[in-house]
Amino acid sequence: MKKNLPIVFVCVLLFALFAVVQVGLSSGFISSYWETNIYLIGINIILAASLNLINGITGEFSLGHAGFMAVGAFAGGVITLNLGLPFLLAIVVGMLAAALAGLLVGLPTLRLRGDYLAIATLGFGEIVRVVMMNIDYVGGAAGLMGIPAVVNWPIIFISVVFTILLIRNFICSSHGRSCLALRENDTAAQMMGINITYYKVMAFVIGAALAGLAGVLYAHYYTIIQPKEFNFLLTFDILVMVMVGGLGSLTGSVVGAVLITVASAFLQSIPELRMVIYAALLIASAVFRPQGLLGAKEVSMNLLRKWGGVLNGSDGSKQAQ
Amino acid sequence: MALMEVNKLSKAFGGLVALNNFNLQVEAAELVGLIGPNGAGKTTVFNILTGLYRPTSGSLVFDGHDLYGKHPHQITKMGMARTFQNIRLFDNLSVLDNIKIAYQAVINYGLLPVFFRVPPFYRVEEQIEEKSLKLLEIFDLKKLAQEKAKNLPYGEQRRLEITRALATNPKLLLLDEPAAGMNPNETSDLLDLIKWIKDKFNLSIILIEHDMSLVMRLCERVIVLDYGSIIAEGPPSEIQQNPKVIEAYLGDEEVASWEK
Repeated sequence: MKKNLPIVFVCVLLFALFAVVQVGLSSGFISSYWETNIYLIGINIILAASLNLINGITGEFSLGHAGFMAVGAFAGGVITLNLGLPFLLAIVVGMLAAALAGLLVGLPTLRLRGDYLAIATLGFGEIVRVVMMNIDYVGGAAGLMGIPAVVNWPIIFISVVFTILLIRNFICSSHGRSCLALRENDTAAQMMGINITYYKVMAFVIGAALAGLAGVLYAHYYTIIQPKEFNFLLTFDILVMVMVGGLGSLTGSVVGAVLITVASAFLQSIPELRMVIYAALLIASAVFRPQGLLGAKEVSMNLLRKWGGVLNGSDGSKQAQ
Repeated sequence: MALMEVNKLSKAFGGLVALNNFNLQVEAAELVGLIGPNGAGKTTVFNILTGLYRPTSGSLVFDGHDLYGKHPHQITKMGMARTFQNIRLFDNLSVLDNIKIAYQAVINYGLLPVFFRVPPFYRVEEQIEEKSLKLLEIFDLKKLAQEKAKNLPYGEQRRLEITRALATNPKLLLLDEPAAGMNPNETSDLLDLIKWIKDKFNLSIILIEHDMSLVMRLCERVIVLDYGSIIAEGPPSEIQQNPKVIEAYLGDEEVASWEK
């Protein structure tokens, strides 16, 4: 009973968050400007967490995230706009298309290491953008317009919770540990019976599929998508969220995504200085906390249990093990 | 039949022949020493056996399996494990996780339980954790289970690396200079540990070592490599007297005098 307490606690917290925002939105207390930003926070959390799975957990430096997001966005847009099929199918197809792109890019390029992989995936992102620009079926350079605006708060909320839960379950499993092992030392990982290519590709495909999910949500919120939006700068933004939050920390990615999105929302009112302050923040975080706000640490169930134990006056760490 | 049978193994890196016509037979529960000067090709042998390098020519049969072209992770699952000359632990993971990862070569579950916590997940996870802790207890590392591997003292890192290799449930253990950087006390502990492991886990061991006293006291048979070729093979007492071996280690007297 006591063991389940933190889970109940987290569920209550999540439901409260959901309800507060829902009430705020329907009562008009949250302005439409902040509504947009809340949705954007959700999408960015999905993007940052999934990039962290590839870059932080598995230790493969990928810069192709905007490309995977574009694949998801356009695949999803085609399903609802061009074919008139339901939104749920758009999510499934968008994720599958991005996963397939991840597989196709991952198989040949994951033999590369470090800088080389970064350059190869960067190239992939650019290829996706240019290809989309030249396919008339998806609108060419003008992109898709008039995608049904079906995304609302519950859909964003469920997607974010789904993403976090999926990645957390993956990390806290033998397969996730295998990914951590190959990040730490790939030669030793091989000697422990880990098929490193398999796990690299797996992390890459899961990350890509989730980026595709973010793309579908993005397309069905903004209703207009253009290939030129999914450029390298978008990948860079996501990377900054991951780095600020802490490479390898899932909670860090959430914190990073929220911080960066909120910061750029506030800075929207002073556009002359926005990029200056943004850059100064980045430099400061790189100088004073290069490992990111949370390092590789997690705010996990175990930690909550420990805190709970301290509050109850008992030793929580015992239960945690 | 021998557990490990290697015939006429050669490996060239471009024009450099690192290993030339290397033959090796290891019987079950045998402890073989592999010695030689630096750069003689000892670690190259290990890298070929474990699948990290592909040999230029020659055959390798381990426990009835042909090893040619097999990947390292496949070879591990056939029952071969190794440690490294320069310790390769999963530095930022806990001691327990280091062992758990190795244990996964023996017991694991498919992909479904990863994303949906169906009962096999908890059952297998519990099993992995329990067996890993038991192994850590045997090697007196249980109290350090939650510590990050990189924070362990050097001697214990060595011990953890050996423990981790054993977690994959090997039939043949390859130890690459386990005594490197150890003081005499630690080396003597290591000697007892290796003897004990061999009996307790009923293993064959191939040992690369520069510490001659350790090799002489441990190994039943010693193979001496120099410039990629075997120059002597036999029981330790014979090897110690072999003029070729002395020459390889100390240099030829005449050559030395010419160079002056």
